[in-house]
Parts: sequence; structure tokens; C-alpha cells
Amino acid sequence: MSSTYWSWERFFDALPFVLQGLGMTVGLTITCYLFALLFGFVWTFLRRIPNKAFHWIVTWVMEFIRSTPPLVQLFFIYYAWPMIPGIGVTLGPFTSAVLGLGIHFSTYIGEIYRSGIESVDKGQLEASKALNFSTFDKWRKIILPQALPPTIPMLGNYFIIMFKEVPLASTIGVAGILLMANTYGAQNWAYLEPLTIVGMIFLALSYPSAVLIKKLEVKMNTRFDKKATVEKAKKGAVM
Amino acid sequence: MTEPIVQYRDVHKSFGDVKVLKGINLDIHPAEKIAVIGPSGSGKTTIIRMLMTLEEPTSGDIIVDGTNLWKMEKSGKMVRASEKHLREVRGDIGMVFQHFNLFPHMTILDNCMAAPIHVKKENKEEVRERAVQMLERVGLGDKFDSYPSQLSGGQKQRVAMARALVMRPKIMLFDEVTSALDPELVGEVLEVIRDIAKNDDMAMVLVTHEMDFALDIADKVLFLDEGVITEQGTASEVIEHSTNERLQTFLHRFRKV
Repeated sequence: MSSTYWSWERFFDALPFVLQGLGMTVGLTITCYLFALLFGFVWTFLRRIPNKAFHWIVTWVMEFIRSTPPLVQLFFIYYAWPMIPGIGVTLGPFTSAVLGLGIHFSTYIGEIYRSGIESVDKGQLEASKALNFSTFDKWRKIILPQALPPTIPMLGNYFIIMFKEVPLASTIGVAGILLMANTYGAQNWAYLEPLTIVGMIFLALSYPSAVLIKKLEVKMNTRFDKKATVEKAKKGAVM
Repeated sequence: MTEPIVQYRDVHKSFGDVKVLKGINLDIHPAEKIAVIGPSGSGKTTIIRMLMTLEEPTSGDIIVDGTNLWKMEKSGKMVRASEKHLREVRGDIGMVFQHFNLFPHMTILDNCMAAPIHVKKENKEEVRERAVQMLERVGLGDKFDSYPSQLSGGQKQRVAMARALVMRPKIMLFDEVTSALDPELVGEVLEVIRDIAKNDDMAMVLVTHEMDFALDIADKVLFLDEGVITEQGTASEVIEHSTNERLQTFLHRFRKV
């Protein structure tokens, strides 16, 4: 069954085989994403600790993670880390992928949180003080409820980006749709149909997600009183 | 007269190289209504912002009900106050801001209820009753479920006052509360302040450009000029009998417009 031409017969033969990996691809995406959402908070929190040296270290660790290809990070966690004496730990492919991609994307997500927090008007902090909120309640009741909703569209975009990066995990043996397609290709010496299927699956899942996020964005923009904020910024000035 | 509830003792404040306040001495007595007037940039707002703990004095002491606000004792030495100390001392102080600073993600009623419930841990039903009462008092009895973005500036500022009042402060600070309003909305806000000044027994400090209004309701008027209180006394003492030239020029400029 080998030919360089498109065959529908092979297409329908490959389809169920490739689809076996769909659960893994989606599951890994969701797990990585949740991990990144949580770990993003860790970065945001660490960067707010008012110690110059510490702040500098955290900033550079984030910069390092972001400037290194996720594929290299995956390989490092999966192949190199176990070889480090003392702290080396051998992790399975799935766990390695969650750690690698999760941490990589958490640095971006941490930045999104930060931009959300910085967009909250300074007057809100002053009002929280005037009403004597505790630091914890100030964050829980005043800052985060205003900082997070506007970041939802951006966070959604990162979900799609991450979904598209998850096939990297096939290189360390996570049996997602890409690995299944490659396996099918190797076994049958036919890559055209299975890889086309992979592309179609990504399109079928990414596109509706993107439309959904666009809708969310419009909803978020109308929810907040942008006009008042702009006016406030124009007038500005204390005293 | 009773013991002062707030005392400023030789308070200085600089922003970088700019000296904004150069030695403020001031007593605020319970129930006293004080108006702070003076040219822009004279440091009026900074005086009350330091009391609300929004700015830290560069030097000097602010004593609230016998406790030093910005300093605390730690193993025999006076050190910079911790956030915990500030929270304890500022509990009886409330503030209304120039730009309202309502919480945009909460309804009007929730704006008024949030602090008493979460900060003072008061009973929710009692707080609701008081919040409803206050909102009715400021003329917004029909807006409980509206969000701040749906209100006019004057209405927002009245909500901000209700929100501060529900906390039952002993001292209320008003920071140019009508400056950000369209002229036709100023009156409704001043009416509420007049009502509070007449019927509530809390101390009030108003930083304002509404000269006639301030002189009308204030027990004591302070004229602040280049970081120093150069005149203080009753409205008539300050306005009619002062020979301070800069004060006269300042008032003259206001009276003309």
C-alpha cells in the first residue's frame, strides 16, 4: 500500500489510527494550560516581592525560559535532567511535557497577569486603603476581579498557541495525533494522508476556538467602562 | 474644648526635591468641620492624603486618637509603621476622592456593603439596611443595582459619600470632591456634604475650591500657601479680618469669577 499519490482509501484507513492520539493531544494541552495558568501566578507573585536582587534574578530566569526554544527545554527535562547527579529525576513523557511546556508558557501568562494588574486604576488601591481593606481582601475583592477579566481573550489566544505547540511532545514519545500519524506513515510508507489528517484536526479545533475567543473579546470590551477610564487618565494629576 | 482627635506636629513632605509641606501644625477636634483653602500646588491635598496613609510624611508626626500614625514602637525604638499598624490606626478615617474611585465591578449597593462586611466583619443584613439608608439619604434610592459606569459624575460622587458613611468614620476627608464634575452637577454633591456637616457629628476636613460653600459650613478655615498654614480661624476671622496680602489676592481672584 505505498504510493506517492493521494488515496481516499488510505485516508479512511489512517483516520481512526491517527484519532487514537486525539485524547492525548487534547488532554496534554489542557493539562499544560492549567499548569501554566497556575504557575503564571507564581511568576507574578515572585516579581512583586520588593527586593531588587530577587526581582532581578526572577526577571532573568523568566527571560531565559522565554528565550530558549521549548523543544530544547523538553529534551533537557526528558533526556538531560535525569543525568544530573543528585537532583536528577527521571520523568515520563507526559509529565516531562507538562513541566516543559507548562513552565515555558507560564512565563508568558505571568506577563499577561501583570499587564492586567497594572491596568487597574491607582484610585482603586487608594479607595481600598480608605476603606481599610486587608492586603488579602484588596487582592481578592478589588484588584483581581478587575485585573483578570480583561486578560481572558489574551489567555485564550495562548490556549490556541499552546495547542499548536503540543505536538512537540511527540519528540519525546507522547502519543498524540502527530506521533500516531508518523507511526502510520512509517509502517505504511505513506505520510501524505495521515499528516493531512493531523492538519485538518488542528484546523477543526483551532478555528472555532479562535472565533469563540474573538466573541469573548468583544464581550469584555463592552463590559468595562472604557470611556470613564480614559477621561480619568486625561484629567489625572493630584493636588 | 475637647482633646483633639488628630494632631499634626511639624509635618514636612517632599516629593523628590520639591518641598510640598514645610512644617504643618494642626489640631482636628471631634465633630469639627475644617476647610482647607489655598492656591493650586500649595499642598492642600497632601495634608489629608497623609492622614489617609496614602502618602508618608518626610518628617514630623501625625497623632490619631493618641496613637502615632506613621511610627510605632518596636523594642524601645520608634520605627516606621507597618501595614498592620496603619490598618489599626486608620480605621476611623474615611475619604471621598476627586475621581470617586468606585469599584466598577460591583453594583452601587455592593460598593457600599463591601468594606463593612469584609473589613469590619459586620452582619450582612445590618450592613445592607445601613447601606440602603445611606443611599436613600444621598438620593440614590432607586439605583441599588446599577453599576458605577451607568451613573453621572454627581451620582457617582454621592455613592462614594454613602460608601464612606456606611463605615461610620470619626473623621471624613473630602479631597476636591467637586473638581472633576460638570458644573451643573456640583450643587447636588455640595447639598449632600452640607447635610452631612449639619447632621453628623464626625470631624470633616474639606479640601476645596468651592470657596463660598467652604466658608459657609466650616468651623475653621485654613489658608495654605506654599506648604505653610499662613492663616487659620473662623471663616469671618480669616476672610474679613485678615490682613494677609496673599490671602486677600487669592480670595479676590475667586470673588471676581
